Amino acid sequence: MANYVARRLLQAVAIMFLLSILFFALVNLAPGGPLAGYGQARRIPAERIATLKRQLGLDKPIPFQYVVWLVGNDWMKVDLNGDGSPDGPGVRKGVLRGDFGYSFRSRQPVLDEISQRLPNTIYLMTVTMLVALIVAVPIGVISAIKQYSLFDIVVTTFSFAGQALPDFWLGLILIIVFYVWLKNPVTGESLLPVGGIYTLGVPFSIADRLAHLVLPVTAGALGWLAWYSRFVRSSMLDVINQDYLRTARAKGLRQSQVMFKHALRNALIPLVTLLALDLPYLFGGAVFIEMLFSWPGMGLLYYQAALQRDYPILMAVLIIGGVSIILSNLLADVAYAFLDPRIRYS
Amino acid sequence: MLFLIQEFAIPDGERMGHTIEKILSLLPELVYKTGSSSRIIWKRFRRHPGAMMGFSILTILLVTVWLASFSPYDPEKSNITARFQTPTLEHPMGTDALGRDLYTRILYGGRISLSVGLLVVAITLSIGITVGAVAGYAGGLLDNILMRLADAFLTLPSMLVLILLSAILREVDIPLFSRNSVVTIALVIGLFSWMTFARLVRAAFLTLRELDFVTAARSLGASPFRIVISHILPNTIGPIIVEATLELGYAIIEESGLSFLGFGIQPPTPSWGNLLSNAQENFIRYPWLAIFPGLMIFLTIISVNYIGDGLRDAFDPYKVLQQAGEL
Repeated sequence: MANYVARRLLQAVAIMFLLSILFFALVNLAPGGPLAGYGQARRIPAERIATLKRQLGLDKPIPFQYVVWLVGNDWMKVDLNGDGSPDGPGVRKGVLRGDFGYSFRSRQPVLDEISQRLPNTIYLMTVTMLVALIVAVPIGVISAIKQYSLFDIVVTTFSFAGQALPDFWLGLILIIVFYVWLKNPVTGESLLPVGGIYTLGVPFSIADRLAHLVLPVTAGALGWLAWYSRFVRSSMLDVINQDYLRTARAKGLRQSQVMFKHALRNALIPLVTLLALDLPYLFGGAVFIEMLFSWPGMGLLYYQAALQRDYPILMAVLIIGGVSIILSNLLADVAYAFLDPRIRYS
Repeated sequence: MLFLIQEFAIPDGERMGHTIEKILSLLPELVYKTGSSSRIIWKRFRRHPGAMMGFSILTILLVTVWLASFSPYDPEKSNITARFQTPTLEHPMGTDALGRDLYTRILYGGRISLSVGLLVVAITLSIGITVGAVAGYAGGLLDNILMRLADAFLTLPSMLVLILLSAILREVDIPLFSRNSVVTIALVIGLFSWMTFARLVRAAFLTLRELDFVTAARSLGASPFRIVISHILPNTIGPIIVEATLELGYAIIEESGLSFLGFGIQPPTPSWGNLLSNAQENFIRYPWLAIFPGLMIFLTIISVNYIGDGLRDAFDPYKVLQQAGEL
């Protein structure tokens, strides 16, 4: 097992290096180079740009720049004043030591920007996934136990529809219905808020927080709910036909005990892997939901950075996203081996 | 013949007695080959109500979109006197901020969105089948490298990468690829969605290449290329067609998502995604601008998914028995 984890980690590190080279090349070979977004923010004369390029080390070959990006330049002499000759040690520590540079837009350290936004995204995504799973698991189980019943047919039809709903459109429709059309009968205001995490200037209240969660979570969770209920249904159907369930029944266990203790536990094991595999799509969904509902998270940060070509932010979010996906995949594989003793990694 | 034997291979032998009567009633279809394989599959496909519904909707959609140029309105010419008109007989889906007929724009947008989808399917099929076939047939180091590459692509947060790429390519101005044309967007999406096909084809190749008919072909002196193209590949066609259908749906969602964010197809060329994106400024007062383009995306995706489901059942030999009752 330890051997397997070590090998997977080694592979993961190799993949991350490959991906970072790919991203770095993309950004640097883009028309206008990495400073294309920098110039958009304010008018800068050409000679100032040239000095800036020397100061930032952008006049060096791209492979060299990649190394600096990775390990920093505080261990070597660089051209600090941009006059064309190296004159002192640099200040960058490099990505490997957690230095992602400065945002072009806000001039803040990238890591500061991300650490402000990350908790908001984790908050929204956790609630979304929890809601999706809490609803999807019972629906999937009942649908499997009562296969081809009216309930099953309705659920299957709805989950087909749910999977075909683009989350950004669902979000728009929810805004039209619950923000524009429906009004609170007491206050006459919109039924549900659509912007941000809480109402600005109002003291902390759980009701306010929850109200702000309803629409983004619904828009984000419906697709996942449809997908997981279908998955749980088919996973349960696989398990229900296994011999050990017949044994459990033959021993005289109650139907509910057979289903929830023996069948469900085994049917849910593949869900662990599925959750890890779905993480990349969760990141993608976050961009749409956070943009629609002005949710100050990583998705909105990434969207704004892409609009302004704020490359340090884009690179950092991609790298952090990639690392978390690889780690969660590894974690899922390890967890799988613990949950299902039939799995052996060698 | 292999086809017929598969039909009889029942996974759970014990249930045989239970379904034997129903199997007997289906015997003509199981035992006699009632037509060419494609005709049998078409016959089974027709029995799937969802798939037939999806198939009809998609056909109607394709025909209307194809006939878009018969619309009396110009999709790009603005008409300031007719701004924000509510849906009427004259403008069945209303008009937008520049007074353009939304229905006409949706039809032209459908051409763009469906072309991107079909092009993505073609691109992913070519990359995926090539990678999968090479990896599966060659095996060894090459297989290992290609599959690790597929793993690396699968761990990418693909939507984020698509956003980065299309934000960069938006500035590019060369013919055919200028300002995120259909070709650019299809290439970008296709480049990041070939992995499923590659894995599918590789898995099929791993089992098929060990079978006797491949050995027979090899001993008759067939070249590896010939074995791959005319002996192994035709046997993997079922799952590939199913996956290609579903890929059409994913591609349309991804294109409309990118265009919705403003990184995909650039206005004034309409696509379902950028119609939704344009609607964002005014949808609070004029909700139909947001409702109709999304409805088209939804209808297309659900049709495609049902067709995929129907095809999966039609290609699956066990399904004949399942239709007979239980299994």
